[in-house]
Amino acid sequence: MTWSQRLSRWDVRSAPYLYIAPFFLLFALVGLFPLLYTGWVALNKWSLVTGDQGFIGLANFQYVLQQPRFWDAVTNTFSIFLLSSVPQIIAAIFIAAMLDANLRAKTFWRMGVLVPYVVAPVAVSLIFGQLFADESGVVNTILTSIGLDPIGWHSDRLWAHVAIATMVNFRWTGYNALIFLAAMQAIPRDIIEAAVVDGADRWRTFINVTIPQLRPTIIFVVITSTIGGLQIFDEPRMFDNFGLGGADREWMTVTMYLYELGWNTQRNLGRAAAVAWLLFVIIVVITLLNYAITRRIASSDAHPKRKAVAR
Amino acid sequence: MADQLAGKGAARAARRKNEKGNRMENGVRRPGWGTYLILGSVVLISVVPLYYTFLLSSSTAGDIARNPIPSLVPQSHFIENIGRVLSAGIGFWPALLNSILVAVITAVSVVFFSTLAGFSFAKLRFRGRNGLLAFVIGTMAVPTQLGIIPLFILMSKLGWTGKLVAVIVPAMVTAFGVFWMTQYLSEALPYELIEAARVDGCSMIRTFWHVALPAARPAAAMLALFTFVGSWTNFFWPFIVLGSSNPTLPVALQLLQASYFKDLSLIMAGVVLATLPLLVLFALAGRHLVAGIMQGAVKG
Repeated sequence: MTWSQRLSRWDVRSAPYLYIAPFFLLFALVGLFPLLYTGWVALNKWSLVTGDQGFIGLANFQYVLQQPRFWDAVTNTFSIFLLSSVPQIIAAIFIAAMLDANLRAKTFWRMGVLVPYVVAPVAVSLIFGQLFADESGVVNTILTSIGLDPIGWHSDRLWAHVAIATMVNFRWTGYNALIFLAAMQAIPRDIIEAAVVDGADRWRTFINVTIPQLRPTIIFVVITSTIGGLQIFDEPRMFDNFGLGGADREWMTVTMYLYELGWNTQRNLGRAAAVAWLLFVIIVVITLLNYAITRRIASSDAHPKRKAVAR
Repeated sequence: MADQLAGKGAARAARRKNEKGNRMENGVRRPGWGTYLILGSVVLISVVPLYYTFLLSSSTAGDIARNPIPSLVPQSHFIENIGRVLSAGIGFWPALLNSILVAVITAVSVVFFSTLAGFSFAKLRFRGRNGLLAFVIGTMAVPTQLGIIPLFILMSKLGWTGKLVAVIVPAMVTAFGVFWMTQYLSEALPYELIEAARVDGCSMIRTFWHVALPAARPAAAMLALFTFVGSWTNFFWPFIVLGSSNPTLPVALQLLQASYFKDLSLIMAGVVLATLPLLVLFALAGRHLVAGIMQGAVKG
């Protein structure tokens, strides 16, 4: 074998691995390693300023789990998550159904619902912070002008969550509507037509045929919004100018608590790492739970084969 | 060869469009005004907060304090407010430059490395291919943001805190990008083309550069767009690792809010400055974002 033949053979053998190597190297370095090493940092007394000060076992976890603020943060995070994901997915499916109609100027409507996606969450939060300002905010001004009481958006826990969830919904509903639209267009038309021939009206066809066909897409959207939603930081961080989540931490989320422990008040990376690990466990558990629930519903589907086609 | 490929892609897209068009026209009537009314309100809800922001940015803090909706037409203070943001001591010019630099470099890098890996996964045969691809897809469900503490420690050790490279390097190739390009290339790049290039004596990397990369262009453009938007709007990690000394636009907005929270017209002018570039991009290429989301949904 000549030298150039040998080189060419080496090229063919090694190229596939060389080309995928950048992803795996980078993921190992900035994804996997930090995630695992978080577990080690959490077992140490680790200051932001002076670094590692030695192994202390589970003391960081003990500390975090005993803080009422941690549990407040968990409650707030779930509350904001539910208020954003549930209405958002329902609205997105209905908007998708309307976009799926034989519209004039299709592209205009599709682009129209996607506009908020290009606005940074930080900017969205500043805009909605003014809409939901306690004094001289737009919503409260409208409420008082029609004779209702103004709402304490920054003092009442639940209303603060509603305001923050509104920001999330503003940015993501249109995006998810387009995902559902694509899934709806992939549903074989003969199934819909069969339902219509059987005498089902449009509403019944939508509920009994379209929605079950969307199940894999719904699972996909639910899981991605769980992973993103439970880590929410930008919108609540910017909801007031102090960024701590309110006087009584009414809208402090778990990631904000992580930031507060690690970089803000205590500069204690060990405790922050314990929070990160606990949030990781929460996300994994919720994702598995989601998956199990949606799969059980899916297995009761009468048309498993059709579903594969739609996917 | 590249043109030929682009032509093929266009023809395929046109055919697909036709099929869809036919399906629509076969007996499906136009929707009534109710649908347009509801969709119209949805689009209004999407756009009105942005117009309101522009209104505030053209007003004065005093006017806003008197009435949160100072007027329905823009006032005359817009240029003045923009000038005040740029000279506010937050460093908005450097932040704008930083955001552009980070977004452009990240987009180019993600497209290059994702296409490279996608080419390998889609068209080359090697042991462990399916397992490795499944691993890539699996990593998309890993909340890597939670590794932020060791990542920060790592950046401090490297002396990268406060430097753009700390934001760029971790984002240089993504699992989504690799998956996206793998999906696209496995359909869009015929084996015959690769073989032809190989027979002509091209090395693997030349085959990638002259055959795979041109074929990947439509998907690469969409991936670049998504990466650009994602980078431009990213806050958490730049906020932690860059801090106030060398901010990107979202971090600069946070600084603006922290120091000038009483001056709403100033803050909203900052929001306009940080948002307008992406709105322009959206006006030019928004239809590709729409198409990208819809294709990703069907494949994902």
